[in-house]
Amino acid sequence: MDINNRGDEQLELLKVSNLEVHFAARQGFLSSLLNKQPKQVRAVDGLDFSIRKGEILCLAGESGSGKTTTGKAILRLVEPTGGEVCFKGEDVIAFNRQRLRRFRQEAQIIFQDPYESLNPRQTVFSTVAEPLEVNRICKNNEQIEERVIEALTDAGLSNPQELFLRYPHELSGGQRQRLAIAGALVVKPDFIMADEPVSMLDLSIRAGILKLMVDLRDQKGISYLFITHDLSLAWLVSDRIAIMYLGKIVELGSADTVIRQPLHPYTRALVSVIPVLKRVMPSDKKLLQGETPDPVNIPTGCRFHPRCPEAQSRCREEEPLYREVMPGHYGACHFI
Amino acid sequence: MPSSVYSKDNLRLLKKNLRSFWDIYRQNTMGLIGLCILCFFTLLAFLGPRLVDVTTYVVDGVTQTMHPPVSGYWLGTDNLGRDILAGVVIGTQVSLLVGVAAATISMTIGTVIGIVAGFYGKLADKLLMRFTDVFLVIPWLPLVLAMAALLGPSLGNIIFVIGITSWAGTARIIRSQTLSVKERPYVERARAIGSSGTHIMLRHILPNVFPLIYANTILVAAIAILSETTLSFLGMGDPTRISWGMMLHYAYEMGAVISRAWWWLLPPGICVVLVVLGFTFIGFALDEVLNPKLRRRDR
Repeated sequence: MDINNRGDEQLELLKVSNLEVHFAARQGFLSSLLNKQPKQVRAVDGLDFSIRKGEILCLAGESGSGKTTTGKAILRLVEPTGGEVCFKGEDVIAFNRQRLRRFRQEAQIIFQDPYESLNPRQTVFSTVAEPLEVNRICKNNEQIEERVIEALTDAGLSNPQELFLRYPHELSGGQRQRLAIAGALVVKPDFIMADEPVSMLDLSIRAGILKLMVDLRDQKGISYLFITHDLSLAWLVSDRIAIMYLGKIVELGSADTVIRQPLHPYTRALVSVIPVLKRVMPSDKKLLQGETPDPVNIPTGCRFHPRCPEAQSRCREEEPLYREVMPGHYGACHFI
Repeated sequence: MPSSVYSKDNLRLLKKNLRSFWDIYRQNTMGLIGLCILCFFTLLAFLGPRLVDVTTYVVDGVTQTMHPPVSGYWLGTDNLGRDILAGVVIGTQVSLLVGVAAATISMTIGTVIGIVAGFYGKLADKLLMRFTDVFLVIPWLPLVLAMAALLGPSLGNIIFVIGITSWAGTARIIRSQTLSVKERPYVERARAIGSSGTHIMLRHILPNVFPLIYANTILVAAIAILSETTLSFLGMGDPTRISWGMMLHYAYEMGAVISRAWWWLLPPGICVVLVVLGFTFIGFALDEVLNPKLRRRDR
């Protein structure tokens, strides 16, 4: 379904402006003696984007580009060092403990590895019931049980009662990820941050989990921030795609235009190596040279210039502005 | 989780957990030997006084003194004519009690300090760990002797002294495991659903360090029994209670070695060794069985 056909009730659920997460880099004993300024790891370095109600926004990029940190900063699992996060018009960063607790029921997270994100000593029931118990959402245990069954069913696990006393290691990979999704659904969130939710799963199971997530969006209007390194996956599930490079968004637009008419040289390089796409739109493979630079020493000017096939002298000196190139299509490059 | 709906399930869960635990445990020979030894001594502690006439451990002025084993006095008598077998049976109770009680105290302190230090880190960690280091580096025996002398010789005091001085190693082990567990994604998930620190420690960290706690408690119990024996042997024990260490103390003081009264020295000595061995075997076996990595390979 295309987001653009959805009429006018597209409220902005989440708005991120100029989000920054800098960490102090680990410092040697000697340099701390010499009183050197600790270096900064600029993991997320000024992001702007918004997610509408019922929208799936995909954050794509290589590993080390700061996708996961962005997601965690939005949920305040990592404290942002600058910028603003607005959720339903409220400033998330200013939330006090009580408001943060309520926010945790509205915004949930699904982790990459369903083998690691579930407590091995917690049963299925206890895993799903925990958010309800922690936040004292239900009045009695019958209600908890009802909600748990509902969440497990919504997550596509049939016969939930039979699973109640199972431990995660007694479930299959797909079941585990469904369980993790049930654990997020049980508090009825409006927003889910899904951090590479299928990358650890077998190919045969992926489609089921992805379909489940899209179905949940269609039925319950849940918005997603979908983090992935796999552009074909992003194209498949998301309404809009944001391409991240070294802590910045280099391109953002509707999924179709970003994939079919990429503006930024980085996006073009990524798109050119999607295997499925090569059959649809044959083009030359553009293999990028080198690795993502260290976020401690970010290159001057355009941070992509050392690897950019089209870099010119201007790119070394001047940082390109992130601007709306076409309606709804943003990019950060001097030559677009 | 209190409720009728839950408790029924919890019982089933407990059964299931115990069964799967036993399935793995029974494959461990060392653990089974340890369990047999410990079962024997536990039974001896509880049923011994009914099977053996423990009233013969008295000074009656009639029974022959320093007599080698004969029928009726299966392990002979000591210098006051007391039945050694009766003494050993009574001593079992004291030794096991000290072992279990002191280990419980020690583990409680060690676990709380270890988890809190590991979980909160920073200043709490530094303070608690320096405090732990103090207990770790003070020579153990002089400390225990001084405390025992200060508090006076009673069984309760001995348990307290042993418990309060033996938690430092445990705290270190638990802390290091906590450091590892708290970085796991499920702890982050717990944060993401709004759990408080206390909740995370109780529901996520504690269950995942529990294997270590079990295994450690058993080992600490062995050390506690040995400590009680040491203290009693050195004359710091409770004079109103007879324990294996106390028997050895009297035997040594009254010249059992010179008069070659082996029947007086050996039984309590062997009992101490066996019980400590039993606990240690179980401790090692638990360490192996409860290690989730070894367990996963089993499935």
